[in-house]
Amino acid sequence: MPHFERLYNFACWLTHDRQEAEELVQETYAKALKGFPSFQPGTNFRAWIYKILRNAFLTSRTGLKATTTVPLDLEGEEEVLPAVKETPESILLQRSDGQVVQQALEQLPITYREILLLCEVEEMSYQEISATLAIPMGTVMSRLSRARKRLRDCLRPQFQKG
Amino acid sequence: MVCESWKTKLDTYLDGELPEQEMRTFDAHVRSCHSCSADALTRVQMKRTIQGAGRRFTPSAEFRARVQQNIAPKRQRSLLPGWVFAATAAVVLVVGTLTLTHVQTRSGRDQVYSEIADLHVATLASSSPVDVISTDRHTVKPWFQGKIPFAFNLPELQNSEFSLLGGRMTYLDQTPGAHLIYDVRRHHISVFIFQERSLAARFGGNALAPEKLPFNTETWSQGGLRYFVIGDASTADIDSLAKLFKAAS
Repeated sequence: MPHFERLYNFACWLTHDRQEAEELVQETYAKALKGFPSFQPGTNFRAWIYKILRNAFLTSRTGLKATTTVPLDLEGEEEVLPAVKETPESILLQRSDGQVVQQALEQLPITYREILLLCEVEEMSYQEISATLAIPMGTVMSRLSRARKRLRDCLRPQFQKG
Repeated sequence: MVCESWKTKLDTYLDGELPEQEMRTFDAHVRSCHSCSADALTRVQMKRTIQGAGRRFTPSAEFRARVQQNIAPKRQRSLLPGWVFAATAAVVLVVGTLTLTHVQTRSGRDQVYSEIADLHVATLASSSPVDVISTDRHTVKPWFQGKIPFAFNLPELQNSEFSLLGGRMTYLDQTPGAHLIYDVRRHHISVFIFQERSLAARFGGNALAPEKLPFNTETWSQGGLRYFVIGDASTADIDSLAKLFKAAS
């Protein structure tokens, strides 16, 4: 099961609970087997199975609770400007402090956390992310940009403490 | 500011998602612009850190076995539609290949081997199995610098049948390591290198490969590092590559 460990990792990040993550992964494989006819050969299997897991999560109690606290500015129109030069958080990142980044990821709203994980950890293309999250490519790009900015914002106080 | 327009696309560029022509233009710009190259470096560092931090949770052997068991009975129904049989058989086949038969009782050592086998297969199944593509050890080895917390030597392959295909970072128990891929007569062999101290507890002094592992393997500890050589090549080939590594270390 090449995706088994990755799906489990992703499920843990979504649920924050190993027990729930296990249930989610079990449910995903059960649904994948049951719904195999809906998978179109030639399309992306990985995006398909991640989509099943994500949908199962969204309909779970934890998922419903998480999605009701999505920030209002999520799909806003304002342009997110990138950091121009070396910033406190970039210095922090250069220390490769994984634990601090893990904490920052945990603080992110679920919508930002999942897209960052799909892009950076799962190394999905924008097209795969678009298929997994069922959102247009343009939204993938804008949401990813906001997620990165929010992560930097989460890391800044950590730096100031250090 | 000319660079502002570049910088708005910097993340998309680093994600490899710009159109081909624009990627080339961007490449040239980043090489010549100190500001953009510094910014790119910071963001690559951030991507790398998120990647490491994000690979955090590992399923237990018991859970893996449970999922396997849940899937397995469906395979035995004789009147199932063809697609269920095909899908179930495929999953069970892969599970069977990658996990040990006695998974419920396997020790930490067996689990390590199982995970190594998973990493080997998953990497070879990937569309981009290596992050650094080169047959030159002097290109591949320095690529790991700053990415993993240890250094290692790669053997000279001249006059041998092996050729280096490249390498990538890998993780075992959230511990970073090096994954090298070699080719010998069209067989791909993976060499994994981790810090011994991160695996010592799981081996418990016994590093012998499980009897029913579906690949030929060899492992040894040298200079504080734990090496694994794994692949479907013959035992002699696995042994030869291991000897080259031992001599180089």
